[in-house]
Amino acid sequence: MDFRLTGDQRALKQGVRELLDRRFGREALRAAVEAAGGTGAGAGEGVAESAGAGAGEGDGGGRAQGGGGAQALDRALWRELGAAGFFALRLPEAAGGVGLGLPEAVLLFEEAGRALLPGPLVATHLAAGEVPGAAEGETVVTRTDGELVEWLDAADVVLGPAEGAVPLRSVDPLTPLHRLPGTGHGTGTGHGTGTGHGTGTGTGADGRAPSHEASLLTAAEQLGSAARTTELAVAYARTREQFGQPIGAFQAVKHLCARMLVRTELARAAVYAAAVTADPVEVAGARLLADEAALDGARDCLQVYGGMGFTWEADVHLHLKRAWVRAERGLSGAAAEELVAARL
Amino acid sequence: MDLAYTEEEEDFRARLRAWLAAELPTLPPRPDPLDWPGRRAYDCGWQRRLHDAGYGHVHWDASPTQRLIFLEETERAGAPYVGANFVGLLHAGPTIAAEGTAEQRERWLGPVLRGDEVWCQGFSEPGAGSDLASLRTRAVRDGDAYVVTGQKIWTSHAEVADWCELLVRTDPGAPKHRGITWLAMPMSGPGVTVRPLRTLAGSTEFAEVFLDEVRVPVGNRVGDENDGWRVTMVTLSFERGTAFVGEVVACRRLLGELARTARKNGRWDDPVLRRRLGRLGAEFQALWRLTQWNVSEAQATGGVPGVGGSVFKLRYSHARQELYDTAAAVLGPDALDLGREWNRDRLSSLSYTIAAGTSQIQRNIVAERILGLPKGR
Ligand SMILES: Cc1cc2nc3c(=O)[nH]c(=O)nc-3n(C[C@H](O)[C@H](O)[C@H](O)COP(=O)(O)OP(=O)(O)OC[C@H]3O[C@@H](n4cnc5c(N)ncnc54)[C@H](O)[C@@H]3O)c2cc1C
Repeated sequence: MDFRLTGDQRALKQGVRELLDRRFGREALRAAVEAAGGTGAGAGEGVAESAGAGAGEGDGGGRAQGGGGAQALDRALWRELGAAGFFALRLPEAAGGVGLGLPEAVLLFEEAGRALLPGPLVATHLAAGEVPGAAEGETVVTRTDGELVEWLDAADVVLGPAEGAVPLRSVDPLTPLHRLPGTGHGTGTGHGTGTGHGTGTGTGADGRAPSHEASLLTAAEQLGSAARTTELAVAYARTREQFGQPIGAFQAVKHLCARMLVRTELARAAVYAAAVTADPVEVAGARLLADEAALDGARDCLQVYGGMGFTWEADVHLHLKRAWVRAERGLSGAAAEELVAARL
Repeated sequence: MDLAYTEEEEDFRARLRAWLAAELPTLPPRPDPLDWPGRRAYDCGWQRRLHDAGYGHVHWDASPTQRLIFLEETERAGAPYVGANFVGLLHAGPTIAAEGTAEQRERWLGPVLRGDEVWCQGFSEPGAGSDLASLRTRAVRDGDAYVVTGQKIWTSHAEVADWCELLVRTDPGAPKHRGITWLAMPMSGPGVTVRPLRTLAGSTEFAEVFLDEVRVPVGNRVGDENDGWRVTMVTLSFERGTAFVGEVVACRRLLGELARTARKNGRWDDPVLRRRLGRLGAEFQALWRLTQWNVSEAQATGGVPGVGGSVFKLRYSHARQELYDTAAAVLGPDALDLGREWNRDRLSSLSYTIAAGTSQIQRNIVAERILGLPKGR
């Protein structure tokens, strides 16, 4: 037994971190947020029309309305991710993939979560090998998930039934959301899939993309976000001074940071182990801990930042809002708890 | 990220399992928890059997992974835990092994491994708990002995111990961390008075130890005079590193039992309670994985457990208390009946966030040593 990352795994993680730093660093993140429309100031309808800036490659679709409407995805970045093997990672080499497994995928998604990389990453990764062009980063794939769909307008292919979807003003500026009518249990064919497996409940019941894999990759993103907010809080606590000393010297602040680290490291052990075993119950447990680490981590980071934490300018809110969106994806907290309980 | 055990490790596990299966049925009945001499004899008898079968040294010499397997398998089989040998095997022993002279190792380690001698830990004092380095028990050199006077408190197993790993102040003028010395003190000598303290669980797990001009030979000093703080840190990192492996395994078993009880008594139908049990299941599974992570790190860095133990202990001690609170919710009115083991264990678990460094102190350690936050004033 050696649970540590192998040299190759460390190199892979480092490589993705560098790629994302270069291609989606802080400036790109903030530019994407501004391009997505709205500064978040004022909740009026007036911000709705600024959507669709950027590369202008979203399909438009005529459904755009509200702040989270026809938002563009950076197609050049998407293709670069494809070229780097982000989507083809787990396809066999003979099929043009990288031939790696879930543990490596989890490391990639952890980095994506850390960088707040936007787009239907999980759905496209899971569609690689099934939907033409997904593996290469040519095709953007999304999937209906219960009552929600992420990135519906920007996607080329939608898996699952998305008829009658109406846009929400998404809480996360970088995740446009649509809401499906009814309870989301429709069984109609999805639009534009071209692969013929657009039926299903959107929860992976079609067996092609087991929902526990989606849950695990989502958990990995949450883990990356938790690690990042811990880092941000610690860095801020070391430099911000009040009462003549860095605020990190105050125990109340120090203990918030310590708790963030404890939650993050426990979630890390859980997520990595679930990637190794691929056991659906272990995945459900890892998801619980990763959601907790991300949600509480962003909240505590906000607290450590003080007034700065309440600003649009600090990245803290972006982590919190994305973590909220991810927490709604796939397996709910209640369902995960039930799943673990059933095995006790 | 490899969770599979090597063939050699699986071999070790299989041999141990077979030995446990043959040995455990031949154990004498467990003594009453209040019968200290009986407990000592029982714990030492078990250590003797381990020693004779070649497992006596497993806490020291075996690889971290073998130690993990050992603790996992013994707990799973329902074997006794270290008990009265806790300090000898997990504190004083490793310290002597790391810092003692050849002669000292010869004198003290064998009897610990054979279950012949029991140790206790005399660190805490009435005025020195979390701030251990402020301890005041004095040791004055007189020829070839130290003359020790002072008071220790919360000394676990003091009633049945042969030896005490004792921290004393040898230089009152030096800064507090620099005037401390580590001594091995015989508990039977003149001037040592043990007064048992009753815990909130009603038992006498620990005691006050009064020291009145106790003579301890200079040859019983481990490490240099005034270097005791550094020597001690070796001990404490052992305490926090691997001491809880068996307990995580135990918690997972207990949680399973609790779920069975809930299914039987109908509380399982309460979704809030059921989900609370599910969350605990996720928690202990993750703690087990974190243990494997820490053991893998220790294996790679040569076996000395690091600050990762603090991260673990913080979450574990809290989770274990939550386990007993959840048990109380499952048991309902029976949770008030001390005739049930669950409730006695619930009382014991209240010490987990205090003993071996309180949760607040652990958070200071995590924040300052791992995250690099500045020390407070
Ligand atoms: C069951 C049990 C067995 C024990 N066995 C032994 C033994 O065998 N040998 C031995 O030497 N000792 C033993 N101890 C003692 C144990 O190590 C101490 O109780 C522990 O270190 C805390 O010290 P204290 O009790 O003096 O509490 P204090 O240090 O007085 O702490 C009281 C409260 O103040 C908080 N506090 C103190 N300092 C700080 C700080 N800097 N920042 C924030 N909060 C702070 C603490 O977290 C705690 O909440 C045992 C204790 C227990 C409960």
